[in-house]
Amino acid sequence: MKLAGKQTWVFEHDIYIQETGTAVGPLEAEGPLRESFDIAHDDLYCGERTWELAERRLMQEAIDVCLQKGSISFDDIDLFLAGDLLNQNVTANYVARTIPAPFLCMFGACSTSMQTAAVGAALIDGGFARTVLAATSSHNATAERQFRYPTELGVQKPKTATFTVTGAGAVVIGRKRGRWRIAAATIGKVIDAGTANPFDMGSAMAPAAASTIEQHFIDLGVSPADYDLIVTGDLSRVGSVIVRQMLAESGYDVTDNYNDCGLMIYRPDQNVFAGGSGCACCAVVTYGHLLKEMERGALQKIFVVATGALLSPTMMQQKQSIPAIAHGVVIEAVKEGQ
Amino acid sequence: MSLKANYLQAVKAFQPKPPYVFNSLKAFVVGGALCAVAELFANSYIRFFSMPLLSAQQLAVMTMMFLAVVLTGVGKYDDFSQFAGAGATMTLTGFANALASAALEHRSEGWTAGVASQMFKAGGVAIVYGVVAAYLLGILYYITS
Repeated sequence: MKLAGKQTWVFEHDIYIQETGTAVGPLEAEGPLRESFDIAHDDLYCGERTWELAERRLMQEAIDVCLQKGSISFDDIDLFLAGDLLNQNVTANYVARTIPAPFLCMFGACSTSMQTAAVGAALIDGGFARTVLAATSSHNATAERQFRYPTELGVQKPKTATFTVTGAGAVVIGRKRGRWRIAAATIGKVIDAGTANPFDMGSAMAPAAASTIEQHFIDLGVSPADYDLIVTGDLSRVGSVIVRQMLAESGYDVTDNYNDCGLMIYRPDQNVFAGGSGCACCAVVTYGHLLKEMERGALQKIFVVATGALLSPTMMQQKQSIPAIAHGVVIEAVKEGQ
Repeated sequence: MSLKANYLQAVKAFQPKPPYVFNSLKAFVVGGALCAVAELFANSYIRFFSMPLLSAQQLAVMTMMFLAVVLTGVGKYDDFSQFAGAGATMTLTGFANALASAALEHRSEGWTAGVASQMFKAGGVAIVYGVVAAYLLGILYYITS
């Protein structure tokens, strides 16, 4: 079985996450998950001249540390999948110059981490690649410039606003046995609930997350209790409550096993409004923190749902609403001798 | 109300409302305090440098804008604005911050295509509508007097 129900891919082969790499900026390094990240910078410029170059460096470092930790060489990589938030996906496209492997650039806004992981796993399952490298990044200052205002412009942001995570996550997926297995993926539909406030992405993305999670349960005939943790990418304090309520309305109780990466990466007193967001939010929390928790035995089976708001400043100025998407990937811990 | 049935209405219950009254109060007090500081500068210029009133007031405004630009440069003005809201953005110091922040932001694209051409992208609106408003009021004044 490959397509289960309407939107869920169940992989026939055993597909493993072989290694992960994460790099983060200063505020993330001060947060509660600081021990989970491979590389932490104490300067937002990360030793570069511009914010855009800093973001590129983060992605490059995440990839380098991932390959180094797993003793994987570029020769082993059959395909590189990556994306980010900047126009023309410049971080991913420029980083790809240094990767001697075929490259597919992907855009899913902040859902890119699970989008690339799901597509990578599917291509491996289909036999089109043996080993796939997937990476994504975001940077607070480049995202501010791209989607909002100049970094230092004084604007009073509401409590519903989110704070873009500075960081990058990379992962190598393949058939070779590893510590984590990618068992299934549910590809989301674009859902536009009609909200138009770019300072409240949680409200805009929660319906997309609820849609993907519900469809996943229906497609596989499973229930929330089958997972140790269902985690969304960057719904923040506002959206995470909404998605919980929407799932409850459909009869799914996730009270005890739901969390959001945007709430995990910062402490509440770090002045991050409603919480973290951005491509890197789901990537560094999943690849850095959650997989380590699985290795430790604290979690066995998780469903990671990366959420993306597919807006642009031009569409917002033309009073258009915000379409959103969410892609989910099921990750299982592989036990010794299993 | 069910989120599934009427999302846009039902979701409002989950969105924290900005504290409008408290924000207005803060803006009033901080904006007023900034004006008082400018007044202090103007009076000092008159007293210590024997300046005429108009020159002293102009120099006081320039002093305030200079301070705002410095605070923008060291990355503090945006924190101040997050606290003070309109009290920090609607004053002339806010205008100085708008120009300085855009200039800083686009320095990486060079002096011409970056700083010079992008400098007014946040502050330009104040100039455009300031001039338009001045003309409209001028015409009104001309008709009524």
